[in-house]
Amino acid sequence: MKAFFNEMYQTDGAVRPHYSALLDWFDSQPPERIAQDRHAADLLFRKVGITFAVYGEGASTERLIPFDMLPHVIEGQQWDRLALGLKQRVVALNRFLHDIYHDQEILRAGKLPTDLVTGNSQFRAEMVGVDVPLDIYSHVAGIDLVRAGDGQHYVLEDNLRTPSGVSYMLENRRMMMRLYPELFAQQSIRPVEHYPDLLLDTLRSVSPRGNEDPTIVMLTPGIYNSAYFEHAFLAQQMGIELVEGQDLVVQDRTVYMRTTRGPKRVDVIYRRIDDDFLDPSVFRPDSVLGPAGLFDAYVAGNVTLSNAVGTGIADDKSIYPFVPEMIRFYLGEEPILPNVQTWLLRRPDDLAYALEHLPELVVKETQGSGGYGMLIGPASTKAEIEAYRRRILDAPERFIAQPTLELSVVPTYVDDERKPRHIDLRPFLLCGKKIQLVAGGLTRVAMKQDSLVVNSSQGGGVKDTWVLDQ
Amino acid sequence: MLSRTASNLYWMARFVERAENTARVLDVAYRMSLVNRDPEVAEREWFAPLHITGTVFPFQGHYSTVNAHSVLTFMALDRDNPTSIIACAQQARDNARAVRVHLTTEMWEVINGTWLELQRFSERDLHNKPSAFFEWVKERSHLFRGVTSGTMHRSEASQFLRLGSSLERADNTARILDVKYHVVLPSLDDVGRAVDYYHWGAVLRSVSAFETYKRVYRDVISPMKVAELLLLREDFPRSLQYCMADVYSIIEQLAPEPRAEVLRMADEIYSRLRFGRVEQIFEGGLHEYLIDFLSRVNDVAGEIHNTYFRAPVILDE
Repeated sequence: MKAFFNEMYQTDGAVRPHYSALLDWFDSQPPERIAQDRHAADLLFRKVGITFAVYGEGASTERLIPFDMLPHVIEGQQWDRLALGLKQRVVALNRFLHDIYHDQEILRAGKLPTDLVTGNSQFRAEMVGVDVPLDIYSHVAGIDLVRAGDGQHYVLEDNLRTPSGVSYMLENRRMMMRLYPELFAQQSIRPVEHYPDLLLDTLRSVSPRGNEDPTIVMLTPGIYNSAYFEHAFLAQQMGIELVEGQDLVVQDRTVYMRTTRGPKRVDVIYRRIDDDFLDPSVFRPDSVLGPAGLFDAYVAGNVTLSNAVGTGIADDKSIYPFVPEMIRFYLGEEPILPNVQTWLLRRPDDLAYALEHLPELVVKETQGSGGYGMLIGPASTKAEIEAYRRRILDAPERFIAQPTLELSVVPTYVDDERKPRHIDLRPFLLCGKKIQLVAGGLTRVAMKQDSLVVNSSQGGGVKDTWVLDQ
Repeated sequence: MLSRTASNLYWMARFVERAENTARVLDVAYRMSLVNRDPEVAEREWFAPLHITGTVFPFQGHYSTVNAHSVLTFMALDRDNPTSIIACAQQARDNARAVRVHLTTEMWEVINGTWLELQRFSERDLHNKPSAFFEWVKERSHLFRGVTSGTMHRSEASQFLRLGSSLERADNTARILDVKYHVVLPSLDDVGRAVDYYHWGAVLRSVSAFETYKRVYRDVISPMKVAELLLLREDFPRSLQYCMADVYSIIEQLAPEPRAEVLRMADEIYSRLRFGRVEQIFEGGLHEYLIDFLSRVNDVAGEIHNTYFRAPVILDE
């Protein structure tokens, strides 16, 4: 049995100081209150319609994400260090994106293999030489952090395309304040509610026209998308229009939205659809999610897409192992946050090692997401491992392997009892004129015992995240 | 505002109104069936709701017999019937989800709550107490109307919403009145007798007009007066004239230009109701008049669509 880092208890069983007030309070509550509160929270979430769709279960399958009332608490000082590391990382990633689509200095310096970048399906040749406002590509980044057995935080994954989950962060906080206002009065918990203001500020700062009041819209694939609730929620919080592809039209390399009073020019599109679906005249011709001509308007500098086209090259899992090197190359600094050790199976030595150690490793597709299509060695049967081995051998370059991480645990209510469950943390970084983030992020929790998969599509739940000043 | 948003608001309102009126249609059919014991007549009576909602063919594809049980099931809870109450609630919610940004929390919660509760409704619940079910559907619609009027910002969004409600209601009142045409009396001798009286009373009650009728006419129920109340009165909120006056005034405010075709069409329908006489309507046949009205309403709806929801993008420059 591996030693997990327990966020709440020290190894000697004592409660960590930043959890003690919280725990005392929960222990002083009558047990039936917890069950009632959970029921009340479920009802509220459902009534407000905070659901997500699950693919493969019919178009209208909507589920609630399980919400746990015990928050994930982080000490203020520790968070400040994490925040520095996160900022450092997204600065380097944005520099990398600009470089890769312009002079490719990092390739010429031999810091990472050229074919890994230019031969990657996430590399958008169409973006070479295209300038974007402030040279920023990923305006909204979600960086997944995990805390291993040694108590150290590692970056597990960068999400630089259309990271989701921030609405749950906001709704979880709103729910906690509704259920337990006294806890917030007692302690100094850093706020997260202003995230939509920061996001709007960021989007304004990358408007292509220097005008004071740019028209910003949120582009969603529509109501059947799994994250539709979040799209609608954020648009509402920012007071911007929520548009679908059919609402936009491009003329003279300029984007307009169709309104009841005629066309209106659009300056910034916070898009929550993938590159492939943005513009049928350039990318997938069968897409109806984005308007034809959008990319052309973008290249002409008449509209900003947020995030930029082609950011997938920087969060591809085969590029991930090189991020510490990017930080050194572009910033001349040592990375504050370490990566998880990673084997690239395109390398013969790494492949040989991985094939030998499959039962201990986690193997992922370089372009997978949402926890789909990965192998968790220790949790798999022999037959599953052998089947996965054949997939790897078919195309080793499509896989990476990592040690099975001993994700930290936080006590979580399961059937009215507190039980340790594994978590990860996704802070959201906003990059415009400034780099901004709210304290904490979305804590995801694997609700099943011993499970290491926290993705909502795989039955994961969520918790409020508190950054606590003492 | 976005054309699609306007369209979603308009259709959301239409589906809420349609669900309510389907409940009203079924309610009147159910009330009429209570005074009848003859199975052949019963079959004709239960055909009426199918006729007036234009769903005879889809119904026959799914059910073999026409009776209270099959028609109620089909029109209330059958998800395969796009005009059923449950399907209307689903479509109202789909449209509402697409425009949540423009709804108040309370409005969304009524629409979403109705949909959630309907998921739990069983056929047994429906057949045990049909009237209780219809009452509940109507109450949810009343609640939505009240919450909308009490919380929604008066903007273009609220106008498109009202446009949908009023147009749908005009259409539905016309259809409800037409029930009477389809429910043939047991024999010609029954015209003007108790059964006939009961049928017209049921029509009035189904549109919540029974008390109004008594107060306005202080008289026994006569077909011509019922028709006058539901078609031509300017002061009854479910009458055709009242609804079309509302449609006309909204379109006047939303019209892109004073000579817009959509405005002319709305004005034409409204004027025919304003200057119409019930005697003339009966001379030409009430059923024929209603069919003509429904087709005109359909044309206006088409023009609303062309004008606001699918307008071609033509730039000035």
